[in-house]
Amino acid sequence: MPDAFIYDAVRSPRGKGRKDGALHEISALRLSADILNALKKRNHLPEDGIEDIIWGCVTQIAEQGGCLARSAVLASEFNQSVPGLTINRFCASGMEAVNLAATQIQAGVGHAYIAGGVEMMGRVAMGSDGAAIVADPILAIGRNFVPQGIAADLLATKFGITRRDADSFALESQKRAHTAWQDGRFQKSVISIIDQNGLPILDHDELIRPDTNLDTLSELEPSFRSIGENFPAFDQVALLKYPEFEKLSHIHHVGNSSGVVDGASAVLVGNAEFGDQLGLTPRARIKATARIGSEPTIMLTGPIPATEKILRNAGMTIADIDLFEVNEAFAAVVLYFIQAFEVDPSIVNSNGGAIAMGHPLGATGAILIGTLLDELERADKQIGLATLCAAGGMGAATIIERV
Amino acid sequence: MTDFSMATSDDGIAIITWDVPNSSMNVLSLSGLSELTHLFAKAFEDDSIKGVVLTSGKAGNFAGGMDLNLLAGVREQMRANPAQGLFDLIMDMHKLMRRIELGNRNEGANRIGKPVACAMPGTGLGIGLELALCTHRIFAADDDNARIGLPEIKVGLFPGAGGTTRLIRKLGINAAAPFLLEGKLVNPTEAKSSGIVDEVVSDPLRSAHDWVLQATTQDIIKPWDSKHYEIPGGSPYSAQGFTTMLAANALVHGRTYGAFSHVKSLLSAIYEGALVDFDTALRIEARWFVSVMMNPTSSAMIRSVFLNKKRLDKGIARPTNVAKSDISRVGVLGAGMMGSGIALVSASAGINVVLLDQDEERAQRGKDYAQKFLDKQAARKKEEMGAQSPILDRIRPTTDVENLADCDLIIEAVFEDPVVKAKITRQVEAIVSDDCIFASNTSTLPITSLAEACQIPERFIGLHFFSPVEKMMLVEIIRGKSTDDQAVAIALDFARKIRKTPIVVNDARFFYTNRCIVPYLNEGLRMAGEGINRALIDRAARMLGFPVGPIQLLDETSLDLAAMIARISQKALGAAYDGGLADEVTFWMVDTGRLGRKSKAGFFDYSAEGKRLGYWGGFNERFPLARLQPQVDDVQQRLLLSQVLEAVRALEENVLCDIREGDVGAILGWGFPAWSGGPFSWLDMVGADWIIQKSKALEQQHGERFACPELLRDMSKSKKTFYSQLAA
Repeated sequence: MPDAFIYDAVRSPRGKGRKDGALHEISALRLSADILNALKKRNHLPEDGIEDIIWGCVTQIAEQGGCLARSAVLASEFNQSVPGLTINRFCASGMEAVNLAATQIQAGVGHAYIAGGVEMMGRVAMGSDGAAIVADPILAIGRNFVPQGIAADLLATKFGITRRDADSFALESQKRAHTAWQDGRFQKSVISIIDQNGLPILDHDELIRPDTNLDTLSELEPSFRSIGENFPAFDQVALLKYPEFEKLSHIHHVGNSSGVVDGASAVLVGNAEFGDQLGLTPRARIKATARIGSEPTIMLTGPIPATEKILRNAGMTIADIDLFEVNEAFAAVVLYFIQAFEVDPSIVNSNGGAIAMGHPLGATGAILIGTLLDELERADKQIGLATLCAAGGMGAATIIERV
Repeated sequence: MTDFSMATSDDGIAIITWDVPNSSMNVLSLSGLSELTHLFAKAFEDDSIKGVVLTSGKAGNFAGGMDLNLLAGVREQMRANPAQGLFDLIMDMHKLMRRIELGNRNEGANRIGKPVACAMPGTGLGIGLELALCTHRIFAADDDNARIGLPEIKVGLFPGAGGTTRLIRKLGINAAAPFLLEGKLVNPTEAKSSGIVDEVVSDPLRSAHDWVLQATTQDIIKPWDSKHYEIPGGSPYSAQGFTTMLAANALVHGRTYGAFSHVKSLLSAIYEGALVDFDTALRIEARWFVSVMMNPTSSAMIRSVFLNKKRLDKGIARPTNVAKSDISRVGVLGAGMMGSGIALVSASAGINVVLLDQDEERAQRGKDYAQKFLDKQAARKKEEMGAQSPILDRIRPTTDVENLADCDLIIEAVFEDPVVKAKITRQVEAIVSDDCIFASNTSTLPITSLAEACQIPERFIGLHFFSPVEKMMLVEIIRGKSTDDQAVAIALDFARKIRKTPIVVNDARFFYTNRCIVPYLNEGLRMAGEGINRALIDRAARMLGFPVGPIQLLDETSLDLAAMIARISQKALGAAYDGGLADEVTFWMVDTGRLGRKSKAGFFDYSAEGKRLGYWGGFNERFPLARLQPQVDDVQQRLLLSQVLEAVRALEENVLCDIREGDVGAILGWGFPAWSGGPFSWLDMVGADWIIQKSKALEQQHGERFACPELLRDMSKSKKTFYSQLAA
């Protein structure tokens, strides 16, 4: 089986996903094309040497609809002979793009892929593409659908994660992200976004709040209490699935949940031959991939079975992993992960995560892999594991190993 | 004699009148449907007829709904393929209703349509309203007593003759929701402001006639039959509609605890139908409706809640050898909560009430209770205060036993103490005539022993009301050992007059209803004592469809009542009594002073205003939470079996005489889940074999109280069900 190597990874800075966000003026198409062009330019890629562009994007409607990957290729400096595939595994879409590229390489299909994703959350509202699991009673009632925030609070309830735990974790994420930026740890991956005249638009993650503290965080109103307890009383739906609890503890708020942002990312995946031909040095091998389905009401437990499965696939144990990236969709997701595997918190999200920097849904999976690779190199560690939970009760994981 | 007839006016309007012979209310039957199809064909095909008015020959009534026996009948007739039979029947109805809705218009054939209006002289429910909805304009009579709506959801169905699809398109998902999902009924004025009917007029037939005469071709095009139509408030994937569905799913799920499958089916019919064109939506609605009809729970629910309840209301258990009686004066002894309620419902039914209590103030307070209730009712109906005064005038509070002299029926509702009861019985018996029936509203004391205080024990009977009397539909009539047919018949006539559903049972400890509730509550107590989370116990019950879980119910009815029942049982059963953990919990709660809502402290905490807060944490300090909590199914099986096995024992012991009474009584009396049709219907659905196996497992794990009654073993051997035996 041919090895799938990562040759490079890039990402845009993450802009606040709202009207006053720096990237708000940029279309999903332009940001996608900019990222593709950046990767092409710095690796001196030929116009047509890529088998496919696999692009994760969750809200595939309007400007993000109609197979955005193909549109992005056509808007980029790549040749029209490169096709383009847009995929959706909710929050794990960007990771799934990389995993799919890797498994295609391993299967001997093609020499190189660009895999990543985009989400302009301030321009294309989350949920605006509809979803049967939300609207269709067969699923919404049959599977006790609740919004993710309720699921996150349910997760916290079930695993005894307190508001204090979550706020402390959020504070740590902010601190680590701030330190990482100050230390230049994201330099390798982050592409400055400029306009058509070469004028700067954004060169850093916009959301980080280095001045935050526990007091500020503790004052924030729980975001999901009202829809949970009052209207339309989603707690009741969750509790019908988990009747052993009297009520949910609503611990999540804007400060300990992932931020709504705009952003894009891309990873260059290829076989050995591809690198040899272009004179590129592989940075890491994609050692294993995994995807799982889990109970959809609590929804966000996916990283645990995904990690168990990928370790089995790789023939490894949790102790073999040097560094983890676990997407900070909500504080409880990562805290539950740390609790479940009893891992050292300092090696999980060493440079902060989505609570501090934001979670551009379709892009995040590929961002995590890039961030993990940069940090393995910086800290001179060997093996890293990245994982995300995804809506509908899913999870994905990737293990990379430096070469 | 036909259900529908047609007459044509001089100005060329066909009046189709619905007037089912020998019935106060129009219901749609198969033959009626074919008559209606035929008459509309005639009206549409006759060139001299300009338009049609559909009306009713019943004063104050348009139509009551579908003949539910009919649907059951179709299913029976089409034994080989009942789903196909039902589907075809409904699609045939749609064909007629669509033809009416289009006014026989056919654009392809260049045929213009004829206007059709509905003149609704009063109440229009169910299929009656569904028929009206397919006409072009509904004229309802200005009559506040008329009720308009689609109550199908309440009997385990949903509007399946286009009512769902049309109401969604007429009002939008949000506005139609209370009418479809809750079966909300409104008066004509409210129906107009909601958009269900178009006009409220004094002479609907006249107005409908006039409208048809001047209606234009535009007037007869329904919004959903014109181009660019959008559902008000948006379809499920519009921005607004998506939010509506998101909320509707959660609300319906949460409020019903997921226990009622027909509500989910309705919601699916709404959602799926709202995504497609009108005719496809009708087909979708029909398929979901058939699936509900084919679900055994729906026929069980219809059988009990509708058909058998009606039979009981008419008094199937009434001894035939007694001439019909008419109670005109009733004496109520004791003006407490129960006595006041009994006085209220009796007076509301036109009966004069003598309300006796020891002191005047208490007696007057009993009457004030009625006043308060009637005022509230008047406010709700926006009637003038005082309009209800004839009812109040019928209640005469008194402290003088002599005032009871002319009563036909005495209902004793004094303190649950045999000595107190015996004393007042003797006192009153000396005053009233020999024909007067003496009833006790006791819920815990045997009727036969109370009757011993009576000179004529044949006239002594149990009349067990439920609290609150004005709301609870059931009356449990208890035949003591000496009670004669005369007393039973008069009690039944009384129940009918006050519009309660009666069941007649034989005398035994706790009769039928309390006999079944007590083990249910005790099972809840035991589980709480075992350390099962009280939230899980209550929620498990709610998820089965009980209106309230056992722990919460105990708080409502109070723990000292539970303790009293425990003491009575202990006394009655002696060594055989197994109070166990249930009593340990009860007595501990009573000793701790936590009696429930009335003491603002029980299994729950309460605010100073008496609002229920969370479960009281102190309980689990005495009875610690089990580390391993059971599955919800396990909790549910214990809760269900504890009461259904007791119901079977009541039948075995001839306390209960008729399974129909057992089923209806359980649903109305203690809120047994209506979807199941009652304990015996439920047992038939799950089968004796399943119960034998489950009760065996539960008996091994939890004790003899789950031992399977012999009757169920016999049924398993003979492969019979309760209802198949009834039919035979």
